[in-house]
Amino acid sequence: MRQIDSDFLALPLRQLADAALQRARDLGAEHADFRLERVRAETLRLSDASLEGSIDADDLGYAVRVVKNGTWGFAAGIELTPEAAVKVAEQAVEVAVISAAVNREPIELAPEPVHSDVTWVSSYEIDPFDVPMRDKVALLADWSGGLLRDARVNHVQASLMQVKEQKFYADTAGTSTTQQRVRVHPELEAMKVQDGRFESMRTLAPPVGRGYEYLTGPTWDFPGELARIPEHLQEKFGAPSVEAGRYDLVVDPSNLWLTIHESVGHATELDRALGYEAAYAGTSFATFDRLGTLAYGSPAMNVVGDRTTEHGLSTIGYDDEGVATREFDIVSGGVLVGYQLDRRMALLKGMGASNGCAFADSPGHMPIQRMANVSLRPAPDGPSTEELISGVDRGIYVVGDKSWSIDMQRYNFQFTAQRFYRIENGRLAGQLRDVAYQATTTDFWRSMEAVGGPQTYVLGGAFNCGKGQPGQVAPVSHGCPSALFRDVRILNTVQESGS
Amino acid sequence: MSPQEMIEKVLDLSTADDVVVIVDEGSSANLRFAGNTLTTNGVSRSSQLTVISIVGRGVGVVSRAAVRPEQLADIVAAADHAAEDAQPSEDARPLVEGGRSSDWDAPADPTSIGVFGEFAPALGRAFATAEAGGRKLYGFAEHIVTTTFLGTSTGTRLRHTQPTGRLELNAKSPDMKRSAWTGVATRDFTDVDVAALDASLAQRLEWAKKRIDLPAGRYETLLPPSAVSDLMIYLYWKAGARDALEGRTVFSSPGGGTRVGEALSELPINLSAVPAAPGIECAPFVVAHASSRQSSVFDNGLPLEPTDWIAGGRLTNLLQTRYSAELTGLSVTPEIDNLVMTGPEGGRSLEEMIASTERGLLLTCLWYIREVDPQTLLLTGLTRDGVYLVENGEVVGEVNNFRFNESPVDLLRRLSEVGASEQTLPREWNDYFTRAIMPPVRVPDFNMSTVSQAS
Repeated sequence: MRQIDSDFLALPLRQLADAALQRARDLGAEHADFRLERVRAETLRLSDASLEGSIDADDLGYAVRVVKNGTWGFAAGIELTPEAAVKVAEQAVEVAVISAAVNREPIELAPEPVHSDVTWVSSYEIDPFDVPMRDKVALLADWSGGLLRDARVNHVQASLMQVKEQKFYADTAGTSTTQQRVRVHPELEAMKVQDGRFESMRTLAPPVGRGYEYLTGPTWDFPGELARIPEHLQEKFGAPSVEAGRYDLVVDPSNLWLTIHESVGHATELDRALGYEAAYAGTSFATFDRLGTLAYGSPAMNVVGDRTTEHGLSTIGYDDEGVATREFDIVSGGVLVGYQLDRRMALLKGMGASNGCAFADSPGHMPIQRMANVSLRPAPDGPSTEELISGVDRGIYVVGDKSWSIDMQRYNFQFTAQRFYRIENGRLAGQLRDVAYQATTTDFWRSMEAVGGPQTYVLGGAFNCGKGQPGQVAPVSHGCPSALFRDVRILNTVQESGS
Repeated sequence: MSPQEMIEKVLDLSTADDVVVIVDEGSSANLRFAGNTLTTNGVSRSSQLTVISIVGRGVGVVSRAAVRPEQLADIVAAADHAAEDAQPSEDARPLVEGGRSSDWDAPADPTSIGVFGEFAPALGRAFATAEAGGRKLYGFAEHIVTTTFLGTSTGTRLRHTQPTGRLELNAKSPDMKRSAWTGVATRDFTDVDVAALDASLAQRLEWAKKRIDLPAGRYETLLPPSAVSDLMIYLYWKAGARDALEGRTVFSSPGGGTRVGEALSELPINLSAVPAAPGIECAPFVVAHASSRQSSVFDNGLPLEPTDWIAGGRLTNLLQTRYSAELTGLSVTPEIDNLVMTGPEGGRSLEEMIASTERGLLLTCLWYIREVDPQTLLLTGLTRDGVYLVENGEVVGEVNNFRFNESPVDLLRRLSEVGASEQTLPREWNDYFTRAIMPPVRVPDFNMSTVSQAS
């Protein structure tokens, strides 16, 4: 197991925490927590195998969050001295005192055992920040160059995002945690331009909670995937336009993860369901009164939340409220049975303990309830993707994510993909263009006839899921098998545009 | 160490051929509320140093937060080393020469929770009014002040202070079935009348008491300025000259080159950016922390002039760096952080447009806008917080929400009326873009693709 970087541990973590928490106690805070974090992010972008731009940046600072007079107070600072930390604590208390005048809901937190002086490091082999930038650029340029040498490709965009997140947390109950995790996301997109038209084809390799070994090791077959892209692109360019109508869909994990994210992941955040995101991200059709009774999907639908999944983007040992992370059920046998929680939401609705879903993306932001890795379980002895396709007479096989949109209560969604294949009599019959699928969440999940077996399961995900005001981004993974959906509405996007 | 001192020290320490140094000093304060009560709130500070070293045509960019003086040498060395190691940059050009702000030596301008000194009590009174009136208020108020200091080895010493304030106010009926939204952009919250905004939302919730279900289809539709801004901002983001030249955007000419010069609308529409536009003032020079397809670190400090993107209905300019301008043979017109759309002189107010509508839909705002097809810039998204049916010049009730599929470029072609422009707050994109002056518009056949059950 890797160790937390010594330069982070050398920062005055406990000194600042002790000073801030003691000051908050002295000022009568009912609860106080301190979080110091450094988030280092490096981004490279290449255009047609040439470096277009790069930035190696970090965010370093600390935050003090208090409950005083039953009201949150939050302040964040950047000067790493005990005197400055004391002032930030005073600011947080001041904000709470001022805000209490317009607060009608006392803040209380679900209990959590004390986790004293614990550490956690994510599972990775090569710290991406230890790899010289020239090596990374050379690898992406090599991959891009390979695509550009194919006459079917006119342009290639390549990018690599890498993040290392280090957090120290301490609270007035006695919990203190020190954690470090890394994540990477390489992506290449090839484009064909011809006769006033253009099409693109992107890699399906998901972002992961791994190190640089993801790009060079056996986890994902990058050379193999890149070698197939020109052919996929050429076929897409010449594919017939889809006939709008209703089709059976076999959805590949490379596409289904995003549908899960939007229609299940966000819909089962309890803060949304209770209205605390109503003005911005929205609410949820999966309201609390339907817990235990809502037929979310077919009996084949079993969804879990889990911040302990190895290599998951949301995976961590303890959340930003000092809660030990765990796995929990969200949908069982098609029925809504659980929500994602933070400590306040858990207590507010009598859910017992938090399941560890508090997260802040920066030292300057207050933790909010964010998504666990929300995943659809495969059927233990389930079919392969080919077997699912073989059960479809007239349908479409959907591969890779592209465009996504869903309404503010998570009913109506519309997705496109990297590739759509026509299915005729149980066999793939070439790609289609101009396709989007559109459905209502519960109609869609209730139409899920079968899920694939573990051999079809892939952990997909997103680097930058947005939520909250001020806006925050969070990384999250979603595992899923291939799955078969019956009678889904398909649009022709060219017809939609009126062209 | 002050930002100015830090910049001079970095310039002294660097061994690169040229150096650009950017210091962003930021502070913010926010209040968030739901169900007539405060939920979260806070204040924060940030300080970011960005060192852009240039060796030959190679560039190294290192950006660090909360930098202490003893760290400067390591940060500069890292940037210099990255530049020595880098591939030649295709956008490499001589740095912009000189330029010094008259207030260069002044300290950064911060904000604090005090910016809400009058606003917060007014919000509290609005909560009480709403509670008494059977409404619940949800929303967010934020004030951010960022002071950017830009220094270069060619003598540039420019500084810009950008205040950015926004208020989103959302009223709902207790059963959450009726919802109305409004938002304002502000520089200091002294001009925000919460009571008036709440009153306008109360009227909309009254309109919504009568519910009318309509099917999907193409409808004559009035889009208010906020909805127009969200569509035009997306168009603006996709107006990169280099991408257009390479044949990969809606602004690419089918025969090669760009569509600059082509008529996009029969109406004399103007879409422009004006750094000094009153109420939406923004940086008058380029600040680029990293190069991308639409910006270049070599352009840092380049003066920004009022720029027409569309003039008289014709595509006039695209987003350019000096590099892409050479490729396209067009003017150097970098991205600017505000957007102004106007129509023909004498445009009517939204209220007047409603009064002259025989039968049509009135939107409040659009949400979850995403690109479906880059070739046509087809976007999808949803209506939100109030779609109303207008008949014979009056709002007669609230209609269900819809998913739309529309291209803002194609919409320009089909507009049948452009109203009087006013400052507005974009709904979806106000995390990134708040400075907009937009008109209401009438579209004869807006494509409502399906019904959304969301309320």
